[in-house]
Amino acid sequence: MNDPLLEIRNLQIDGESDEIWHEIIKGIDLNLDRGEVLGLIGESGAGKSTLGLAAMNFVRPGCRIRGGSIRFDGQELTEQSELTLRKLRGVRIAYVAQSAAASFNPAHQLIDQFSEIPVVHGVKSRREAEKDAKDLYSRVLLPDPDGIGYRYPHQVSGGQLQRAMTAMALSCRPDLIIFDEPTTALDVTTQIEVLTTIRDIVREFNTAAIYISHDLAVVAQMADRIMVLRYGELVEEATTREMMSSPKMEYTKSLWAVRSFKKEAETVASAMSPVVKVNSVTAGYGSEDILKEVSFEIHRGQTVAIVGESGSGKSTAARVITGLLPPRVGDIQLNGKILPKSFKARNKEQLRHVQMIYQMADTALNPRQRIRNIIGRPLTFYLGLTGKQKEARIRELLSLIELEPDLYIDRFPDELSGGQKQRVSIARALAAEPEFIICDEVTSALDQLVAEGILRLLDRLQREFNLAYMFITHDLATVKAIADNVVVMLQGKIVEQGSKTEIFSPPHHDYTELLLSSVPEMDPDWLNELIAHREKHGVMSSTSIS
Amino acid sequence: MNRILLMILQRFGLGLLTLFVVSIIIFVGVEFLPGDIAEALLGQGASPENVAALRHELGLDRPAHIRYIDWWAGVLQGDLGTSLANRRDIAELITFRLSNTLFLALTAAAISVPLAILFGILAALYRNSAYDRSVNVITLGAVSAPEFLTAYVLILYFSVKLGWFPSLSNIDQDTSFIDKLHQVALPAITLMGVILAYMMRMVRASIINLLASAYIEMAHLKGMPKFRVIVKHALPNAWAPIANIIAISLAYLVVGVVVVEVVFIYPGLGQLMVDSVSNRDIPVVQACSMIFAGTYILLNLTADIVSICTNPRLLHPK
Amino acid sequence: MSSNDISPLEAQVNRPQRTRLQNALREILKAPITAKFGMLVILTYGFVAIFAPFLTPYSETEIVGPEFDVWGDEFILGTDGLGRDMLTRLLFGARNTVGIAFITTVLAFVIGGIMGLLAAIYTGWFDQIASRVVDVLMAIPQLIFALMLLTIFGTSIPILIIVIATLDATRIFRVTRAVSLNVVVLDYFEAARLRGERIFWLCIREILPNITAPLLAEFGLRFCFVFLMIAALSFLGLGIQPPTADWGSMVRENAVLITYGDITPILPAIAIAILTLGVNFLVDWFLHKSSGLKDGH
Repeated sequence: MNDPLLEIRNLQIDGESDEIWHEIIKGIDLNLDRGEVLGLIGESGAGKSTLGLAAMNFVRPGCRIRGGSIRFDGQELTEQSELTLRKLRGVRIAYVAQSAAASFNPAHQLIDQFSEIPVVHGVKSRREAEKDAKDLYSRVLLPDPDGIGYRYPHQVSGGQLQRAMTAMALSCRPDLIIFDEPTTALDVTTQIEVLTTIRDIVREFNTAAIYISHDLAVVAQMADRIMVLRYGELVEEATTREMMSSPKMEYTKSLWAVRSFKKEAETVASAMSPVVKVNSVTAGYGSEDILKEVSFEIHRGQTVAIVGESGSGKSTAARVITGLLPPRVGDIQLNGKILPKSFKARNKEQLRHVQMIYQMADTALNPRQRIRNIIGRPLTFYLGLTGKQKEARIRELLSLIELEPDLYIDRFPDELSGGQKQRVSIARALAAEPEFIICDEVTSALDQLVAEGILRLLDRLQREFNLAYMFITHDLATVKAIADNVVVMLQGKIVEQGSKTEIFSPPHHDYTELLLSSVPEMDPDWLNELIAHREKHGVMSSTSIS
Repeated sequence: MNRILLMILQRFGLGLLTLFVVSIIIFVGVEFLPGDIAEALLGQGASPENVAALRHELGLDRPAHIRYIDWWAGVLQGDLGTSLANRRDIAELITFRLSNTLFLALTAAAISVPLAILFGILAALYRNSAYDRSVNVITLGAVSAPEFLTAYVLILYFSVKLGWFPSLSNIDQDTSFIDKLHQVALPAITLMGVILAYMMRMVRASIINLLASAYIEMAHLKGMPKFRVIVKHALPNAWAPIANIIAISLAYLVVGVVVVEVVFIYPGLGQLMVDSVSNRDIPVVQACSMIFAGTYILLNLTADIVSICTNPRLLHPK
Repeated sequence: MSSNDISPLEAQVNRPQRTRLQNALREILKAPITAKFGMLVILTYGFVAIFAPFLTPYSETEIVGPEFDVWGDEFILGTDGLGRDMLTRLLFGARNTVGIAFITTVLAFVIGGIMGLLAAIYTGWFDQIASRVVDVLMAIPQLIFALMLLTIFGTSIPILIIVIATLDATRIFRVTRAVSLNVVVLDYFEAARLRGERIFWLCIREILPNITAPLLAEFGLRFCFVFLMIAALSFLGLGIQPPTADWGSMVRENAVLITYGDITPILPAIAIAILTLGVNFLVDWFLHKSSGLKDGH
C-alpha cells in the first residue's frame, strides 16, 4: 500500500506539426499517492494537458509516446494492450475535460452518458447506475438531481454541465481523476461553486487527482502538491504551502510576481468635458435589449474599466461606442458632440478618435499583410502620410511598442509571438493618433507574464499621449492594476460605478461583493475561509442577485 | 414536437414555392425563343397562313399568362400536352420511360448507397492506412472519368469481348424483371462507379470531422469499446450529414442518368429529353425538366427533414 | 519583453531562411507522386493546347485520307468517319475543349466570386436576394437546366460558355460567400471597416488575400466539373458543334467502332479523364497541404 498510485518516469512525448516531430514532454517524472491531489501548472504550451492524458496512457492524434514508463498501481501502462487500458479508463482513472459543453454527446441524455460507464464495464446494472447517478448529482449540488439526468446537454448550463461531468467521472469510484482546466471556461462566480464541489467530492471519496490549470490561485486551493511545468520540462515541485511561501526557481518566482504591476496614481477626472460620454444608452439585437439605460463617461488620460461576467453587456457597450451596433435609445458623445449612431455615417475624424484593440491578437491582424502595411495603413488613410515620412513614422511606432523596427517591419503576423502581435495591434491603434482607445479583454488570451508586459506598455503610452482607455475585462486583477474608474455591469445594467478606491473598498453593492470575493487569491486557505464566510452570512450566487 | 412539425411544414412550403418558381423559369424561358415554335416547326418556307393556323392550334395566339395557367391546370389533371415532334400525348410518352429511368437509378442507388457508407466509414476509421490511401486514389480516378468513358470501356469488355451483357438496352412493356436486371447491368454499373466514389469521399470526410469532436475523445477516455464509440456516439450525430450526402449523390444520379441512357440507348427519360432538345420539341423538354427538377427538390427536402428530425436541439427544446 | 514570449521565427533561428519561391520549389519536390503527376499533366496539356498547330502536319478539319482508316505510319491513330486525322483532332481538341472549359470557369468565377464577396459584406437585402435566387437556380439540376437553356438559345460556343458559366457561378457564389463570411467575422476585418475603408479595399486587401487558398482549390474542382459537363453536352451532340475538333463529340462521332472492339473512339474520353484526374490529384494535395498548415499553428 505504500507504493505510489501513479509513477511516471522519464516520460517523453513527441508531437507532429507540418510533418516534423518535436518533443512536447521532455523526460518528466511524476509521483502521486493515493488520495493525493497534485496540481500541474504552467502557461500555454507547457505540456500539462498532454502529461495529464498520459497518466491514462492516452495521447491525442498527432502525438506519440517516445519513451519512459507510466506505472499505475503497479501496472506498467505503456506495455498494456489496448483492451487492458480500455478497462482501466473510466473505471480506475477518469477524466474531466475543460469544455463540458463539447465533451458531452449532444445526442444523449446526461444520465445515459453517466450510466454507460459502469454498465459497459460491468460494474453495475443499469438500474443501480441510474440510482447512483441521482445520488451523485445531489452530492455535486445539481438542482433537481432526480430529473436533471434526463436532460440533454444543451438544456443545461455550463457550470451545471461541469458538475455533471465531475459526477460522471465518479461513476465507477475511480482511484484517480484528471481534471483538465475544469473551470477555465466559466465565469468567476460560477468557478467558485464548481471548485468547491470538486474539492469536496474529491476529499469525500478520497480520490487521487491531477488538477491541471494555468491559474496559480485556483491550483493553490485544490492541490496538496504543485508541479510547475514549462516547455515540457519540470521547473519546480513542492507542497502547495512551501511553493506559495518560498518558490525557489526564477521562473516560478516570476509567476508569483505577475500581479505585482500597479498603476502609479489614479488619474482624477478633469473638470473639462469628457472625451467620451455614453448617455443613457439602450441597445440590443432583435427585440432583446442587451444594454439597458447605460451611462458613463471617460476623461482624458483616464482608464475606465468595464467589469462583468459573460452576458453582462460589456462587449456590447464597445460595439455601441464604435458604431457597429446603433443604440435604440440614447447617444454617444465625443468631446461634447453627438456621434452619428452608425459608424457608416461617421466622418474620418470621428472614426480616427475611436480606436480599438482586440482580445485575440491572432485574428486582429490580417495574416496576409506585413507589419509595415498593418501599421502604415492608418497613417496613409487618416493622416495622408506617404513615402519617407510614413516609413519613419512606422519605425517610430515600432520603437514605441518596444519592437526593433529593422527586425520586425517586414514580417507577417504569423512570424510574431502572441505578445508581439498584441503590441502591433496597439501600434495600429496609436498610428491613428486617437484620443480614445477601447481595449477589449486585451490581456485575457495571453500568458500572465506577457499580459503584464502589455499592461505596462499601455500604461506608459497613456501617460505619454494623455490617452483615454475603456478597458473591458472580466478579470478583477487587471482592473486593480490599471483602472482609474470602474463600471460594474450585470445583465445589461450598471450595478455600480465610481473610482477604483470607492469600488474596491466596502461597503460594496451585493454583486460587486460577490464578484470581488470570487476572485481566487494566492492563499491556500482562501477558498476555505470564503466558504465559511459565505455560509455564515447566507449563501449568494450570481443568479440570486439582480 | 410542434416546432419540428412547423419547421417541416415550412421546408415543405419552401419546396413547393421553389417548384413553382422553377416552373415559371421553364415556362418563361420558352417565351424568349427567337421566332416561335410554330415558325420553328414549319421551317422558313411556310406561308404566314399556315403558321397562323398552327399557332392557333397550339394555342400560341393566347396571352402567355393564360397559357401558363392552362398548362398548370393540365399538369394537375395529368395532362402534359402533346409532343410537337410526333403529336403523341406527353403523359403517355413519359410514363413508361420514367419507370425505366427510376428502375435504373434505383438499382444503382440500392447497391451504391450502403456500399458507399460502409466503405466511407471504414476509410475514415483507418485513416491514412494503405486502404484509405488506395481508396483515395481510386475514388479520385472514378470521379474524374466522364460517364461515357466508363460506359464504353464496360461495353468493350463485357459486351464486345466477353459477350456477357448486351451493349444496347432493349426494354419494352413486357420485359421480365430478371431480364430487365440483365439489361440494366452495364448502365447501372456505370452510374454506380461515379456516385459510389463521390459518396465515399464525402462520407469519409464527414465522419473524420465527427470523430475529431471532444465528445468522441471523451467516449474513448471513458473506456468505451471502439465499436460502441462508433455506433452509440458517432452515428446518432452522423445522420444529418449522411442524409445530405445521399441526397446530393442521388441528385447527381438524376443527371448522370442522361448520358448513360444515351450511350446504352436505354429507353428512359434522359434519352427522351436529349432527343427532344435536338428536335426542339419544347413541351416535352418542359415536362422532362419539371420531372427532373421536382425529383431534385424532393431529394433535398428529404435531406432537410432528416436533419431536422435527428437534431437533438430541435427534438428536445429547452 | 519577457523571455518566454518567443515568436515562431526566433524559435527556428537555426533553420536557414528561404525565400517564398525557394519554399514553393521545395514543397513541389516534396509533393507526393500523384501531385507531381497532376502538375505534369497540366503542363503537357497546356503545351499541347498552345502549340497544337505545330505538332501535326494536318489541319483540324482537313479530310486527309479514307474513312475509318486503321492505325498506321501516316495516320498514327487512324482517321475518323470523314477521313480526318484522329491524332490531329485529338491535339486540337486540347485547345478547343480545354480552352472553352477554362474560359467558362474563369467567367463563372468572375460572376460568382464578385457576387459572393458582395453578399458576404452587404449582409442585408442584397445577400438575401442573391442567396434566394441562387437557391432557386440550384434547385434545378445543372445539366437539365443547361439542356433547357440550350434548347431555347441554340447551341453556339458563346451561348454555351455563357449558359454554363452562369449556372456554375451559383456554386462559386456559395463557396465564395461562405469563405468570405469566415473572414468578415474576424477582428481585422472589423478593424478595417471601423477605420472607414471603402468596399474595394475591403474586398481586394482584406478578404481576397485570405481566401485565395480555398478559392484556388475550388477553381480546380469547378474546372473539372465544367470540363466534364461540356464534354457530356458535346457527347450528347448539344455542346461544341462540328466540325470543331472536340473530345466529347469525337467519342460520339466514332462510337460505332467500339462494337468492332476498336479502342480509338475512347481515346478522347481517356484524354478527358487524365486531365480531370491530374487536376483532382493536384487539388487534393493542395487541400491537404493548406489544411495541414493550419494545424501547425
